[in-house]
Amino acid sequence: MALDKTEVEKIAHLARLHIDTEEATEVAGRITDILALIDEMQSVDTASTEPLAHPLDVVQRLRADEVTEVNHRDALQEIAPSSQCGLYLVPRVIE
Amino acid sequence: MIEKTVAELSTALARGDISSVELTQAYLHRINQYNSHLNTYITICEDTALKQARAADKSRSEGNCNPLLGVPLAHKDIFCTKGITTTCGSRMLHNFVSPYDATVVEKFNAAGVVTLGKTNMDEFAMGSSNETSYFGPVKNPWDSSRVPGGSSGGSAAAVAADLCAMATGTDTGGSIRQPAAFCGVTGFKPSYGRVSRWGMIAFASSLDQAGPICKSAEDAAMMLNVMAGLDEKDSTSADKATVDYTRTLNDSLEGLKIGIPRQHFAEGLSAEVEQKIRDALKVFESLGATIKEIDLPNNHLSVSAYYVIAPAEASANLSRYDGVRYGYRCDGPVDLEDMYKRSRSEGFGEEVKRRIMVGTYALSAGFYDAYYRKAQKIRRLIRNDFLSVFKEVDVILGPTSPHTAFELGAKSDPVAMYLEDIYTIAVNLAGLPGISIPAGIVSGLPIGLHMVGSDFNEAKVLNVAHQFQINTDWHSRKPNLIAMEG
Repeated sequence: MALDKTEVEKIAHLARLHIDTEEATEVAGRITDILALIDEMQSVDTASTEPLAHPLDVVQRLRADEVTEVNHRDALQEIAPSSQCGLYLVPRVIE
Repeated sequence: MIEKTVAELSTALARGDISSVELTQAYLHRINQYNSHLNTYITICEDTALKQARAADKSRSEGNCNPLLGVPLAHKDIFCTKGITTTCGSRMLHNFVSPYDATVVEKFNAAGVVTLGKTNMDEFAMGSSNETSYFGPVKNPWDSSRVPGGSSGGSAAAVAADLCAMATGTDTGGSIRQPAAFCGVTGFKPSYGRVSRWGMIAFASSLDQAGPICKSAEDAAMMLNVMAGLDEKDSTSADKATVDYTRTLNDSLEGLKIGIPRQHFAEGLSAEVEQKIRDALKVFESLGATIKEIDLPNNHLSVSAYYVIAPAEASANLSRYDGVRYGYRCDGPVDLEDMYKRSRSEGFGEEVKRRIMVGTYALSAGFYDAYYRKAQKIRRLIRNDFLSVFKEVDVILGPTSPHTAFELGAKSDPVAMYLEDIYTIAVNLAGLPGISIPAGIVSGLPIGLHMVGSDFNEAKVLNVAHQFQINTDWHSRKPNLIAMEG
């Protein structure tokens, strides 16, 4: 399937990536090539095949609902681009 | 001493022929001599390494006899290391210092291993040449105009050039095995779930697996003894008993059944590489193994299915990089959306963005069944092929890569790069253990023999690889670095 510039811009938005208008055409071409490679799998009949999400055929392990971690907030916020009083700061979202 | 295997160093340290401090200094000297040219390390931890070496020597004098005590190692820069920068080869994490250690790191630390530094890699492990690293490409020690392979290219090149005794790597589609082949070292991807992924920066969570890159299968067994095992912190870590992987290395290969897939000896394989692999098969026959041609009929679909599944999982995993909690944030964002978009666009390189977009597309409304669900069905067919083959044979052998290391810049087309992993990718989709060991030199460059085992049968794979290595000397061949000195 061939992608055009508009579709690339739509995907970029979904992925929260910024794409320059000049870049979009080249990116569309590259992704179209990749989709052509991917499309090889469409030739195989898989109507009766169950999908395999994971190589291990196991059930998710569960643990007791107990607190096992102490509060690491300060250590974790030390590496944040911007934080204050235990909060992460981002550009204003409410006027 | 630095050219020795981990097994040899372990003995030398135990006998007191050398101290860990002396050994660590020798590696640091070698790193200073060659790293600026090879670019194998992103971070060199001289002070920490010497501190760990002193602690190892002290611990030995107090009676500690852990086999890896005091042996110097390099971690791929995808493993979180407390207090040491972990970049994942990306601008996004260029200044990221993890507040905790990955389980693999914790285990090596507990074993008394010395950490020399963090090795270069393709950005977020996305690449087969190490050229997508934000920190520049790694050069192949055998020929510095060529790539070391990827994504664990720094680890493989560092082992090949004796800039460490052993290194960790990760393998999502061939990222341990292909660079091991290109650099003439041993690289082992255990079964999915065998080694904890906790603290290992996620690329594609149903495929990622950590493993050793080193100078022999025996070393790989010694490393896996430390790395393997259930970890409650990783919900996909396998609850399967581990064994001492060195114990069965010397088992006889008499009666071993080796399968060679017709599909791995077909169009695209270099004639010289094929010859070396066929020569290796004769070695196994002389050791009592029998060779049988087998079929992996859906192998040709593995690259297609992988390039849906891996990007889809990556697009979800990498959504965490939003410039809020850690990592790169753009300058002067006008609003929240601008901050997300510019932080991600400026922080990620081209290949990472391309894969995020392919994954986002495959998972987007209206395309999920045609791409993601279809790829998962193909994944089942690929795994079934292996399951039926392993009813007839013990291991599968073939080439790791269709050719030797290519020149830097030779594969600018992403699709051509993706096809590099044609022999290795199916193994990740199926979750099986796979190793690459050196099996010859073609025009001055090493080639890799690829071996795949059945589910959780790491011991068998290492046994067969070790038997090949004690009967050949390809794994002992070294690149000539003299030309790079100065």
